[in-house]
Amino acid sequence: MNKDLRLNLIKAFEKGLRYDGRKLDQFREISVETGVIKTAEGSARVKIGETEVIVGIKTEVSKPYPDAPDKGTIMVGAELYPLSSPDFDPGPPSIESIELARVIDRGIRESHALDFKKLCIEKGEQSWIICIDICPINNNGNLFDAASLGAIAALKNARFPEFDGTNIDYKKLTDVPFPLSREPIEVTVLKIGKFLIVDPLPEEEASADARLTVATTEDGKLCAMQKGGDSPLAVEDIKTMVELAMDKTKELRSFLGGN
Amino acid sequence: MTYKREGRKNDEPRKIIAKAGVIPRADGSGYFKIGNTEAYAAVYGPRNLFPKFKQDPKKGILRCNYNMMPFSGMGNRVRPGANRRSKEISMVTEKALAPVLDLGDYPNSVVDVFIELPQTDAGSRCAGICAASIALADAGLTMKDLVCSIAIGSINDTLLVDLDYDEEAYEGSVADIPLAVIPRTGELTLLQMDGVVDKDNLFKAFELGKKAIKIIYEVQKNALKDKYKQEASIKTGKAEDKSSAVKKEESDESKTASKEGQK
Repeated sequence: MNKDLRLNLIKAFEKGLRYDGRKLDQFREISVETGVIKTAEGSARVKIGETEVIVGIKTEVSKPYPDAPDKGTIMVGAELYPLSSPDFDPGPPSIESIELARVIDRGIRESHALDFKKLCIEKGEQSWIICIDICPINNNGNLFDAASLGAIAALKNARFPEFDGTNIDYKKLTDVPFPLSREPIEVTVLKIGKFLIVDPLPEEEASADARLTVATTEDGKLCAMQKGGDSPLAVEDIKTMVELAMDKTKELRSFLGGN
Repeated sequence: MTYKREGRKNDEPRKIIAKAGVIPRADGSGYFKIGNTEAYAAVYGPRNLFPKFKQDPKKGILRCNYNMMPFSGMGNRVRPGANRRSKEISMVTEKALAPVLDLGDYPNSVVDVFIELPQTDAGSRCAGICAASIALADAGLTMKDLVCSIAIGSINDTLLVDLDYDEEAYEGSVADIPLAVIPRTGELTLLQMDGVVDKDNLFKAFELGKKAIKIIYEVQKNALKDKYKQEASIKTGKAEDKSSAVKKEESDESKTASKEGQK
């Protein structure tokens, strides 16, 4: 880590400024576009500043797990493509990509946003598996929030394909949407020195002491969290970070709209 | 029974959109969409190459990686990670692009090209090569030309440019011939074929591809020019003067291009 960069960032924070002129609790410009992938059952392209992520949804039918014979499930995959950043290497999934996928998975799974029972077609025999894949095109920081927003936008956009009991016809989508009852959105807060910021740039991510990702549903309930970074966090800090994250979630939610 | 194509002419490719500089974090990047097949390409480098034994002390090497996103297939989810198909396509992509590149100035280093496909509808390796070619030029590497790529198909002995998935899956005698061409010399850098075609039709296919290659070449060049038009207008602040000047230049060039075409 570059110590001078960190010192300069902190010096600017003291004046309430960021590397790119933003305020500490200010997001970059956000855009959400849905239905961008014709081959997917649902999709979304999220841009936060220069960061761009595509989230696509595919469905499969298979036997339910023996311990949950009346439920379908979700599978979240994330790959940090070396196309999207000079810092990502080709090869098997890195721990960062696994963490990203698992944090997004928890936000959706633990908020019971999707009714897994409604994903069951025939008890003990057939159920839907919903595969949510997160694909960064350009990583200019804050993949977590972009991926989370994209996952929900894609789930809202998705429609089941036609299924005749044995085969899925991916070319024909029905007009049946997914059983999505809540919309958990994640916001990540970073701590650098004594300052808290949202929507970090890669330089800020590299200089951060600690990170807290908080998933919140629209009724203001927390549904998943993940602390990252090497430094410990004081309880007081965590309280402020959770409040800041919950506050910012409302802002992100406004980009979801109907569908 | 001869095959009759609906909606476009036999020598007409699908609608093409190309952009340069779509991935700001990369050293160069390109985007190429033909019909519903969409490819992103990013270039990183020349940069250090490890492991060291792979280095070439005489020149830099080109390394390509082709990958389909999990939701990009027409049917089931594509499992992430490399497979035999993607490895082969990566290799032929490398061979298709290397002949136009001069990496003599960069010994012991590597130029990485990453190609990602968010959605595909046949012709994905060709779209990947076209995007990668834009990305290499955008990265400012020494090149003698762009590379243009298109697939020529044959359905029941009718030659067609740029088959889509439904045409490839047509029940009958289908052949598919992906080509990559250096437009300036007309040389081929990629040639594959599957299916059954007689010799005369194969030779005709090369001729048929020329028109599509020309269209692709123009679209690629315009994509690169557009990027610098934008950059120029941001830098100078005199957006209108600058862009109109570039436009004039461009229209001059397109005039000469069309004159050349007439010859």
